[in-house]
Amino acid sequence: MTFYDHIAQLSWDELGASIYAKSKSDVELALSKESCDLEDFKALVSPAAEPYLEEMARISQLKTQKRFGKTIQLYIPMYLSNECQNICTYCGFSLDVKIPRKTLSDQEIVKEAETIKQMGYDHVLIVTGEANKEVGTDYFKNAIRLLKPYFSHISLEVQPLYRNEYQELIQEGLNTVLVYQETYHEKNYKLHHPKGKKSNFRFRVETHDRLGKAGIHKMGLGVLIGLEDWRIDSVFNATHLQYLERTYWKTKYSVSFPRLRPCAGGNSVKSAISDRQLVQLICAYRLFNEELELSMSTRESASFRDNIIKLGITSISADSKTDPGGYANPKENLEQFEIDDKRDTKEFSKVIEEQGYEPVFKDWDLGLQ
Amino acid sequence: MNKLTIAGKTFNSRLFTGTGKFNSLELMEESLLNSGSELVTVALKRVDTRSVSDDIVSRLNHDQFSLLPNTSGVRTAEEAIFASELAREALETNWIKLEIHPDPKYLMPDPIETLKAAEELVNRGFIVLPYIHADPVLCKRLEEVGTAAVMPLGSPIGSNKGLKTEDFLQIIIEQAEVPVVVDAGIGAPSHAARAMELGADAVLVNTAIAVSDDPVSMGMAFKLAVEAGRIAYESRLGRALDTAQASSPLTSFLEE
Repeated sequence: MTFYDHIAQLSWDELGASIYAKSKSDVELALSKESCDLEDFKALVSPAAEPYLEEMARISQLKTQKRFGKTIQLYIPMYLSNECQNICTYCGFSLDVKIPRKTLSDQEIVKEAETIKQMGYDHVLIVTGEANKEVGTDYFKNAIRLLKPYFSHISLEVQPLYRNEYQELIQEGLNTVLVYQETYHEKNYKLHHPKGKKSNFRFRVETHDRLGKAGIHKMGLGVLIGLEDWRIDSVFNATHLQYLERTYWKTKYSVSFPRLRPCAGGNSVKSAISDRQLVQLICAYRLFNEELELSMSTRESASFRDNIIKLGITSISADSKTDPGGYANPKENLEQFEIDDKRDTKEFSKVIEEQGYEPVFKDWDLGLQ
Repeated sequence: MNKLTIAGKTFNSRLFTGTGKFNSLELMEESLLNSGSELVTVALKRVDTRSVSDDIVSRLNHDQFSLLPNTSGVRTAEEAIFASELAREALETNWIKLEIHPDPKYLMPDPIETLKAAEELVNRGFIVLPYIHADPVLCKRLEEVGTAAVMPLGSPIGSNKGLKTEDFLQIIIEQAEVPVVVDAGIGAPSHAARAMELGADAVLVNTAIAVSDDPVSMGMAFKLAVEAGRIAYESRLGRALDTAQASSPLTSFLEE
C-alpha cells in the first residue's frame, strides 16, 4: 500500500466541489478548534475563508512561535547541474530549452562549498535536473562526501530515486529529501510533463513512500502553485502529508510554496495565486499542522518575504543562485528560474532581526545521525 | 529554602532553563541571568562543534551557569551515545540531558531506547538526566541503572499545557530516590509553582520564557514561582478540602 493506492479513491472534481462548498460557518468552526482536521483545512483554503485572513494570521503566528520560537532557519540551494532529460512545460532546465548545460566537477563543487560556507551557511540544499547518467546516485554520493566537511545539514532536491539508493545516500550523511509532486491531477500531470522519466506520475507520487521506508530524517512536499487549481492541489498535498505522518512517524516533514515564475522555457500559469491567497494557504497549513516546517525560497519578492517571516514560515533561503557554479563564478547565466529577492545574506539577516526573530544557521549536527 | 544537590553539585536555584526559541542570543543571555537559573540546557545540534568560539556557548560563559548539553534530534540509543560523546568533547562536561524522541511531531521520548542509552552512558562516566514520560516504573528502572535524576514531562514539549501528568508525577516524587525535575509543558509560573508544591526537586522551563513578550521579566516570574512553590512544600502545605469543616459531627459524641 502506498499513497498512490490511497489517492486512487479520491476524485479531483469531487474534492474540488467539497472545497468550494465550504461556508463561513465551516471556517468559523475551524478557527475555533485547537487542532484542525482535513475538513477544516479545506474550509481554511476555500474562498469562504478569505475574509478571515487577519484572524488566521494571528493564530498562525501564535502557533508557530510556540513550536519554533522566535527563530528562522536559513539554508541555501547549491545547483550542481542543469542537465535534464525531462520536458516540463514550465521549467528553465527543460530538455527542449536551448541553454548551455553544465555539471560541476569535484573541484567546482568544493569551490562552491567554500564560497557558501564563507557566506555563513551551514544547511545546504543540493539541486540538479534529472539526468541519471550525468547526475545519478554515484554522483550524489560523491557530492555529499565532498560537502560533509563544510556543512552540518545536507538536503537533496533532485529526481526521485529508488529506496536502496536513498539508503546509500543516507549512509553518506544525507538528512533531507525534497520532492514536489507539482500537481496531483494525474491526467494533466502528463500534459505538463510530456517526456522523460518525470512523466511517470505514479513513480513520482510514490517517492515519499520509498523515502519513508529508507528511514529518511526529513522529507519535503509541495505542489507547483499555478499549474492546476491551487486549492485542490493543496488539499491533495495535505492529504498526502497526513498519510505520510501516520505511516512514517519517525520522519519530519516540511512543505514549500513554489509559485510558477518566469523562466527561459516560458510557462503556463493556469491558476494564479495572489499574495493574499498565498498568505491564506501558508496560515491554513499552520492551523492544520502545528509541527510542520514551512519553507520559502527567493522566488518571492523582498517585501513579501519580509512580511511572511512572522506569519508561519520557519525556514527560508537567501542570497541564492539557481545556476550551477553561480556562487564561486557569478558571471555565467544558466538559471533554472529568475530569483526575485536578490539581497545578500547579511542584509537579509538584519531584516529577520528587525522583525524580532533570530536567524539560525545551524540546527543540526552530522554527529546526530 | 533547602539547596538542591545533583551528583554532588549544589544548586541555589531550582529553576533549570532551556536556550532555544529566543529571538536573539543577547536576550537569551539576559533572560537566563535574570532568572537565577544555574543549569541551562543547550542542544548539541545548535552548537558549532567545529568552531572554538560558538555563539551560543560564549553567551553562556558566566559563573552562574553550568551547561547541560542535550541530545535532541537523535532517534536511537546508539545515536544518543554518539551525540553524548560529541557533547562531552565539545562542551567539556560529562553532564548530559538524554533525550531520545523518534517521533519528531510530538517529541515523545522513547522509554526503551532511553533506558538502554542511560545504562551505557552511566557506565561511560556520564552524569545522566533522562527526559521521559511521567512513568513511575521507568523512573525506578532508570534510578537502578544509575541516572543522577529523572526528568518526567508535565505535558508535551512546547505545549504550555501545564501538569497534565500530575497524578503520575505524584507517584514518581513519592517513590524517587533521585531528584525529580519536571520537564516540558510548563507554560506559566503557576504550573511551575504547582510542580514545586507537589515536591518536585526542580523544573525545567524554556518555551514559556523564550516566547513571551518580555523574556527577561518572565525569567524573574518563574524564579519567584519556583521559590514560592518550594518554600510552600518545605513548609508542609495544607491539603485542599472540598467542604468547610467547622465541627466534628461524626465524633463529637466522644467529647460528651
